[in-house]
Amino acid sequence: MKNGSMLRVENLTKVFNTGFIKGFEIRAVDDVSFTINKGEIVSLIGESGSGKTTIGKLILHLLTPTSGRILFKNRDISKLKGADLKAYYQDVQGVFQDPFSSVNPLHRVDHVFDIIFENLLKDVDEKEKNVLVEDALRNVKLNPKNILGKYPHQLSGGQLQRVLLARALILRPQLLIADEIVSMLDASVRIGVLNLLGEFRDKYGMSVLFITHDLSLGYYISDKAIIMYRGRIVEMGDIKKVFHNPLHPYTQMLLQSVPDLNVKWEFKKRIEPEKEEKGIYAISGCRYVFRCPRKVEICQKDRPELLEVEKNHWVACHMYKR
Amino acid sequence: MIISRETLRIALGNTKFKVGLAIILIFILWAIIGPLLTPFDNMGYYPVKFGERIAPKPSLPSLKPGSIGEIFTPQGVVKVKHYLGTDSFGRDIYAQLVYGLKSSLVIGLIAGGLATLIGLLIGFVAGYKGGWTDEGLMMITNIMLVIPTMALLIIIAAYLPYRGVGIESLIIGLTAWPWTARAVRAQTLSLKRRGFVELAKISGMRESKILLKEILPNMMSYVFMVFILQFGGSILAAVGLDFIGLGPTRGMSLGIMLQQAVLWNAINLGYWWWAIPPGLVIAILITGLYLINTGLDEIFNPRLRRE
Repeated sequence: MKNGSMLRVENLTKVFNTGFIKGFEIRAVDDVSFTINKGEIVSLIGESGSGKTTIGKLILHLLTPTSGRILFKNRDISKLKGADLKAYYQDVQGVFQDPFSSVNPLHRVDHVFDIIFENLLKDVDEKEKNVLVEDALRNVKLNPKNILGKYPHQLSGGQLQRVLLARALILRPQLLIADEIVSMLDASVRIGVLNLLGEFRDKYGMSVLFITHDLSLGYYISDKAIIMYRGRIVEMGDIKKVFHNPLHPYTQMLLQSVPDLNVKWEFKKRIEPEKEEKGIYAISGCRYVFRCPRKVEICQKDRPELLEVEKNHWVACHMYKR
Repeated sequence: MIISRETLRIALGNTKFKVGLAIILIFILWAIIGPLLTPFDNMGYYPVKFGERIAPKPSLPSLKPGSIGEIFTPQGVVKVKHYLGTDSFGRDIYAQLVYGLKSSLVIGLIAGGLATLIGLLIGFVAGYKGGWTDEGLMMITNIMLVIPTMALLIIIAAYLPYRGVGIESLIIGLTAWPWTARAVRAQTLSLKRRGFVELAKISGMRESKILLKEILPNMMSYVFMVFILQFGGSILAAVGLDFIGLGPTRGMSLGIMLQQAVLWNAINLGYWWWAIPPGLVIAILITGLYLINTGLDEIFNPRLRRE
């Protein structure tokens, strides 16, 4: 597995400090390690504030990690600069959460394509470029005639999000960081876009880090799931194992809270909403301890490490310590 | 383009903006054309030719607005109409007013422009670079902010033996930038975290290009408003300096007119036409600028629009 890994994240930590003198720390990502193999779609699942977007930005070299390493094809990306960084961006691309803030409101949408041709694909001539752009737009089920030449505010969020996906796919990246890319889309288009990611994986061996809060979407396309809670991985492994045999109390709660189309909703007592606990990043024990229905004394003091409970299935919970 | 046709349409539909713009445009035109149409010089004297030499001659003192003044020249007596009367020295008030308006607008333009430019540069670099650059630049800015500007202006102005409009603009411009820098820094801080900057980064765009093509255009509307504010602020600062006698040593300005009116007891003597016009012109000018600013606020911020 080590040899096939395309991206390896080792003990990644990112701490944000608020305030210059009398601030407090937010450990957005805390000692996270995982790998993504070639042609693998990995779902990074967590509620808001779990650090999933921060991981995406760290991998895209938009933030500098506080500690830990990110290795892409066995090369540490933190030292990349200039031409090397450009080469990295040809291999690793991203689509961000909020399409409206991802495009400059003053430029036409064509601008997002122009800048990649200006900076990353300099050899492509004008004619080829137009063909590439139009094909890419058709791939994401958009009609180029209705999109090109328009200003961002004239398009819907779903259209813009697909434009940005088209932009990333033109580069045929080996790794795509897809941050909530389908949450803005209609249900009908959503499956189309997910299938497109699958198609790119099959055709070009593209890996995807699929960042989402939606469990069913994660299940639909992924090979592997990583469940995060407050900056730490609580459960990780083969998607089928994680979803059919959830081990961590948090994962169990998450799966319970997915609405079922065939069952009328009744309020289930065990689903607890997120609370803003004071000092959550300072406690020495498990971060989930405040919400956990099955907490015992040790949870307060000791932080559980990830354990491989069965093959390809890790969980960080004291219940499974042997 | 930065200012699109759409923005222009909204701008011309905004009454506040239109009224403000009209006031300022009329004043600018008046300041350009006015001096050409009056026979008096900038101090309000009538230039009389003595062969090669030109000597400024006063008219009759303390004439009411609209009266006819007489100037004695070698060629005989010249009769001239004084639209706004004359002061205690027989100088034409109207001529002083238009020349004063002109120098006030020039000061506003140079000092306001300079303050905007410095503030923009410092705020932009501090906000974008962050870290120690930010700390250092903001320290300088904060120090400048807490120094009482008027006192500083008085000290600098008092040390200069000769002061022209240019020097005055320079001193005002060099002291008025700090709050602009702070405001621009805040704006830059918010802009640099927008998604489109990150998108430009992962598109391999160079940092300098991101600054010029992605961030700066988004700040233009803001910069424009800051300039209008600085323009008005500089005019008022200049009037303040002139009023306490630290204005241009030669020439006329609205502040100098006010100063002299007070100095020679215009109000006590009932010469309202000497004291009121400069004050009124300043008040209307600043009102016009204020209207433009609130109008622009509504134009650039759709939420303030009442349609």
